[in-house]
Amino acid sequence: MMNQYPLWKNLLIVAVLIVSVFYALPNLYGEDPALQISSSRSAPLDEAAQARVQEALKRTGIPFGATEKVANGLLVRFNDTGSQLKAKDLISETLGDGYVVALNLAPKTPGWLTALGAAPMYLGLDLRGGVHFQMLVDMNAAMRQAEERYVNDFRTLLRNEKLRYLTVIRKTTGGVEVKFRTAEERDKAREVIRKENPTLEFKDSQQGDEFYLLASINDQEQRETRRFAVQQNITALRNRVNELGVSEPIIQQQGQDRIVVQLPGVQDTVRAKEILGGTATLEFRMVDQENNVQEAVAGSVPINAKLYKERNGSPILLQKRVIVTGNDITHAASTIDSENGGAAVSIRLNGKAGNVMGSITKDNVGKPMAVVFIETRVETTNINGTAVKTRKQVEEVINVAVIRSAFSNNFQITGLDSPNEARDLALLLRAGALAAPMEIVEERTIGPSLGQDNIDQGMYSAIVSLIVVAIFMGGYYRVFGLVANIGLAFNMVMLIAVMSLLQATLTLPGIAAMVLTMGMAVDANVLIYERIREELRNGNTPQASIHAGFERAFATIMDSNVTTIIAGAMLFIFGTGPVKGFAVVLIIGILTSMFTAVTVSRGIINLAYGGRKITRLSV
Amino acid sequence: MEIFKKVSNFDFMGLRKFTFISSLVLLLVIAGSLATRGLNFGVDFTGGTIIELGYQQPVVLEEVRQRLGQAGFHGVVVQHFGSSRDVLIRLAPSTGQTQAEVSTRVLESLKQSGQNSIELRRIEFVGPQVGDELVEQGGLALLLAFIGVFIYVMLRFEWRFAVGAVAATAHDIIVTIGIFSIFQIEFDLTVLAAVLAVLGYSLNDTVVVFDRIRENFRKMRKGTTIEIMNVSINQTLSRTIMTSVTTLMVVTVLFFFGGETVRGLSLAMIIGVVFGTYSSIFFASPIVLMLGVDRANLIPVPVKKEGEGADLRP
Repeated sequence: MMNQYPLWKNLLIVAVLIVSVFYALPNLYGEDPALQISSSRSAPLDEAAQARVQEALKRTGIPFGATEKVANGLLVRFNDTGSQLKAKDLISETLGDGYVVALNLAPKTPGWLTALGAAPMYLGLDLRGGVHFQMLVDMNAAMRQAEERYVNDFRTLLRNEKLRYLTVIRKTTGGVEVKFRTAEERDKAREVIRKENPTLEFKDSQQGDEFYLLASINDQEQRETRRFAVQQNITALRNRVNELGVSEPIIQQQGQDRIVVQLPGVQDTVRAKEILGGTATLEFRMVDQENNVQEAVAGSVPINAKLYKERNGSPILLQKRVIVTGNDITHAASTIDSENGGAAVSIRLNGKAGNVMGSITKDNVGKPMAVVFIETRVETTNINGTAVKTRKQVEEVINVAVIRSAFSNNFQITGLDSPNEARDLALLLRAGALAAPMEIVEERTIGPSLGQDNIDQGMYSAIVSLIVVAIFMGGYYRVFGLVANIGLAFNMVMLIAVMSLLQATLTLPGIAAMVLTMGMAVDANVLIYERIREELRNGNTPQASIHAGFERAFATIMDSNVTTIIAGAMLFIFGTGPVKGFAVVLIIGILTSMFTAVTVSRGIINLAYGGRKITRLSV
Repeated sequence: MEIFKKVSNFDFMGLRKFTFISSLVLLLVIAGSLATRGLNFGVDFTGGTIIELGYQQPVVLEEVRQRLGQAGFHGVVVQHFGSSRDVLIRLAPSTGQTQAEVSTRVLESLKQSGQNSIELRRIEFVGPQVGDELVEQGGLALLLAFIGVFIYVMLRFEWRFAVGAVAATAHDIIVTIGIFSIFQIEFDLTVLAAVLAVLGYSLNDTVVVFDRIRENFRKMRKGTTIEIMNVSINQTLSRTIMTSVTTLMVVTVLFFFGGETVRGLSLAMIIGVVFGTYSSIFFASPIVLMLGVDRANLIPVPVKKEGEGADLRP
């Protein structure tokens, strides 16, 4: 019998169709306006917090939908954006500090679909609105800072060791140069410095009766410095973005020295830039144990102390004197306490700060010392129509630890609860260290109305295209045209299903590629049908023509599609943002269209014509 | 319904002198335009700032210009975008560390005049270093796509076909870019994406014809190369036209209904599809012919390696 698929092949097609429908379905349900509540480490987001939120909403009569626990917090749904906005202020007030309340759109996907792992496509910023920044980390500055730290370190070290030198300068060509009067002094100094800084590379030289030592940072440490510079900026950005209340921010490294920040739903780019452009630093201070915290809270803060809050919100009184600052930190990393195996953070300071730390800790063994994280930024507020810029500081005590014994520039903070906590603390310490400056080199902001317009226009074009192509194919190829149309519809469902499954980002150029795919997807059908017509003209029987049409056209379909995929792949590799979205849809669309044109259309035609005697084909 | 009841029998190859000359003239015009006018690169490539604003009422552009002038912005392009209530402001890249602040300052200066109802629709700021990179990456993507396709066609067919396919595709891409240059239509990142899609489409079209030529070389024992090419182009003609029509239909829909953002992209596709169809019928095969393709080049030779060895045959 000719032109009949074995049962398993038909079942496979049906199975693929069903799976595609399931995974494409979530895109039909739309989204609820919602609030996403997340909390800092110490403020728990438990049943009690949830109850407080619900109670506050009920009391003020704001209608709300389901509240549900999600991976990073609590989600409260609303019927309209009006009550969502009202509820945002209310919940922020109810929960107080330590919680971030962010506007969000929660997919209305029913539970049984979510349970299957189905989720709607991820919309790009050009469709949902939001801000995209690309920041460039100034690596030259990072290297300069690293070398300047060595300049100070060498001076302190040589002075401590009572070695005489003439000058220590940072060479503009790279490296740190120390000048000596005698070769003997230089050799001694070199060994002392090498012992303290084993990663440096040294070069001796002599000019007249002056002896030079050039210390340069080796390649590995240069790489490390660069990585550190990017990482500390990423951490700092994460901290700041939290404050913006964005539900799904993306902060990631791109290339060697770039950071991409995407903030869906953020409209106030001015504020976003101000917050992202802040600077962070740290201060190490002794805890004031002589005065009463409660009295200070009540209003009588002693003259040589300052009142702070810990991360869990409890007040703490610190001495005014700053021991060392974040600028003195040269390294911070989470580690394991060598004595008891607990989580710890190791910190290294520059030489000068090490000396200060040494003298303070010697006198204060057994007393607690605190680390304060300080975020400074400029804020613009509109007062009577004129923009007023003010400096705003956010200060927070991120750690309090007891000094176990005197230490100088190398020490550990131990006794942390978990490796996670150690990692967080190390990241904060890094973020507060002297950061390499960043510059915004790209910004793309899409307002919410333009995003919605883009979706509407894109969807409208897609639907019109689908109808136009369907009418044309049906009119031209009759029954076979209808089969092609079923294949086309199937193709769209599959394309959307694959995009949803991969959680690939759909952008406006992506929708354009979807439309383009409709035009190009029928190409495979056209190739096959024209081939069938030719075979019929050559006097072959209908069954033989169908068979030959599909078989012979296949090689052509392969060849022509592979070339398009090559072009799409190049776009994907080299493209950025929306263009990448175009490439993704183009590639997936070609693959799914090959499946539908070759396998699905064949299956339907087999069902319609296969295995029986026919005299003419409606092609 | 059928375009051609029987397989048509046009003498496409006979027109090759005419098509070569007209393509040559067109390419010369384009080269002239590219040399003198260049491309009207969008902010993606030049760097700079674009701000799109939506007003409640129709806006007089002169007022916006004046206000920006007072705030110290000169040489600013202000135009309507879509409707008289939408305004597009373009600023050339400036030097200094505060480039990212430009958009902020523009917004502040416009909002200060009591116009608080201005809605921000879009900001695009691209620093010069990013613009240069995008140009570089775009060029690299095009080049690598050409190399990849050349290798694929060479492996599947033969080097003469690879040259023909790449030449025909390059022709279409140059014409597409050229029309953007002649009419000074803005060339941005999405247009570049469309150019790569044109590359894929045009090749697709050409490869289908080549496929048939290869098949006919093997099947038809008689006939000169020119005859076989003519037959092959005619046999694939209705497919070539059908696919062009469906693709043209969707990109035209996109051009009219897809909104401003994809207008450049769809225009490039329209041009590319029209010329891609033209080149696969009139341009690609004559080049392969000119390179001296022979039946012997396509009949599989047993135990003969691909590549240079095959060319030594008489």
